[in-house]
Amino acid sequence: MFHFSNIVRSEGDPKIIEGGPSLKQPEDQLARALGWFSIGLGAIELFAARRVTETLGMEGKETLVRAFGVREIFSGILSLSVDKNAGLWARVGGDGLDAAALLSGLTADNPKKGNVALALLMVGGIAMLDYRVAQDTKPQRPPPDARRKLYPGRSGFPKGISATRDRAKDAINHIPANVRS
Amino acid sequence: MKALVWHGKEDIRCDTVTDPEIQDPRDAIIKVTSCAICGSDLHLFHNFIPGMLPGDIMGHETMGEVVEVGSGMDGKLKKGDRIVVPFTIICGECDQCKRGNFSVCETTNRKRHLADKAFGHTTAGLFGYTHLTGGYPGGQAEYLRVPFADATHIKVPDGIPDEQLLFLSDIFPTGWQAAAQCDIVPTDTVAIWGCGPVGQMAIRSAILLGANQVIAIDRLPERLSMAEAGGATTINFETESVVDRLNELTDGRGPEKCIDCAGMEAHVMASQPDTVLDRAKQMVMLESDRPHVLREMIYVCRPGGIISVAGVYSGFSDKMPMGAFMNKGLTMRTGQTHVNRWTDDLLRRIEEGEIDPSFVITHTVPLEMGPEMYKVFRDKRDSCVKVVLKP
Repeated sequence: MFHFSNIVRSEGDPKIIEGGPSLKQPEDQLARALGWFSIGLGAIELFAARRVTETLGMEGKETLVRAFGVREIFSGILSLSVDKNAGLWARVGGDGLDAAALLSGLTADNPKKGNVALALLMVGGIAMLDYRVAQDTKPQRPPPDARRKLYPGRSGFPKGISATRDRAKDAINHIPANVRS
Repeated sequence: MKALVWHGKEDIRCDTVTDPEIQDPRDAIIKVTSCAICGSDLHLFHNFIPGMLPGDIMGHETMGEVVEVGSGMDGKLKKGDRIVVPFTIICGECDQCKRGNFSVCETTNRKRHLADKAFGHTTAGLFGYTHLTGGYPGGQAEYLRVPFADATHIKVPDGIPDEQLLFLSDIFPTGWQAAAQCDIVPTDTVAIWGCGPVGQMAIRSAILLGANQVIAIDRLPERLSMAEAGGATTINFETESVVDRLNELTDGRGPEKCIDCAGMEAHVMASQPDTVLDRAKQMVMLESDRPHVLREMIYVCRPGGIISVAGVYSGFSDKMPMGAFMNKGLTMRTGQTHVNRWTDDLLRRIEEGEIDPSFVITHTVPLEMGPEMYKVFRDKRDSCVKVVLKP
């Protein structure tokens, strides 16, 4: 089977014949996809804020949209990092803010209220996905109150600590200062 | 053969790869009998060290039996020899090797143009590490090609189990060098940040080198209990102030010698805002390392003291308190370990029963379970301190 990574191997170095199972779970892939989605959406909000507000009939809210864009980009970067769970929870929080902002635009006098309703529906769907992936990627670190094994018998000194200390002190006292280190 | 292969951030797989071959007269091939996951492998696992490529074989703590040698071995190594492989590949002939500065060997980095650009000058080639250090296939595998094998080996006798000898490859000499470069005198207090495997070895080394008091700093009960077993007074940085406690234990003077065994991924805690800021900057690539421990060491170290850095740093660290560092007249000593400088002495100490480094092993599993054990080790699950893999 062809493995792309074999192309960059130095001559004579082992090359992959058959790949083993990946440590990545489907939820990790989903977290990655959401991270990139977040960065993409954030870039649109940041650089095309007027277009967004016009589509939603919420003109005058460009600064808020840009701020949301920055937030999206940061939570996207966090979702792509080793702390992806924090990034996903940041996204869940952000979904709440998005929904609140959209609700303020869902007024009878907004000629684009249909677009706002559609956007709200999408935010709701993505929020559920974010929440689910955030739950599934919870770090598997033991909780702080988990019972841990302790290793009080593992000194590493077969002759005991006191004997080792005595011997070491004896040895160091016999080394002239100018030859230490 | 089976090998643990890096495929990207948090993605290590047990793949089937082609067997290594002799490429140079100074090469040897070993059948790996034991290998281990090192704390610095986690930096690669997290993709915090630049220069990894998918398909790279992990691992730099390895030992085994020589099964094939090149034609230029000059009798220094033969089939059947039992060797521990130092993680630094050395030629034994360049000026730095002759000075005993093996980890900055000028010959063995086969991608030295990258290291010259990144570091200013090349350092030694390393097994299973970034392409900045040669991109040599590592030893978490069934077989390993050892380049410059006539110099890059530690011959070990039969009759001592692998578990006692394996750590001569890295963590034992690394902990030892960290303590040795502190120039310990009998009145010294040595404070050690990080009670992972290297920290544990540094604690024992400081005791063997005659320190008056050794203080170990961590937050995990299993690691603190192991540190205490080795003769250290412990500080849990989650429940006590490190600076206050160190000053209290040294009559307000601060420890004379400080050792960093934590490195670039210092624990992030809301109560230490600099760690949060470092993590944020690291995420957006404004900073590559989280140097909280270095800052704390400089702050608390006794004026005129020595700071020894064994933990790995990869690139750039911000907000270093150089004012305190300079005005307190501190000395900082660092470096990847010059493994072969220390191993004759350390092997003798193991043979004479002065120390048994196997105390640090908490998990021994088949190689195939390696990928999962990276996660267990990273997440500190099951009170994991050190994982040994058996191919």
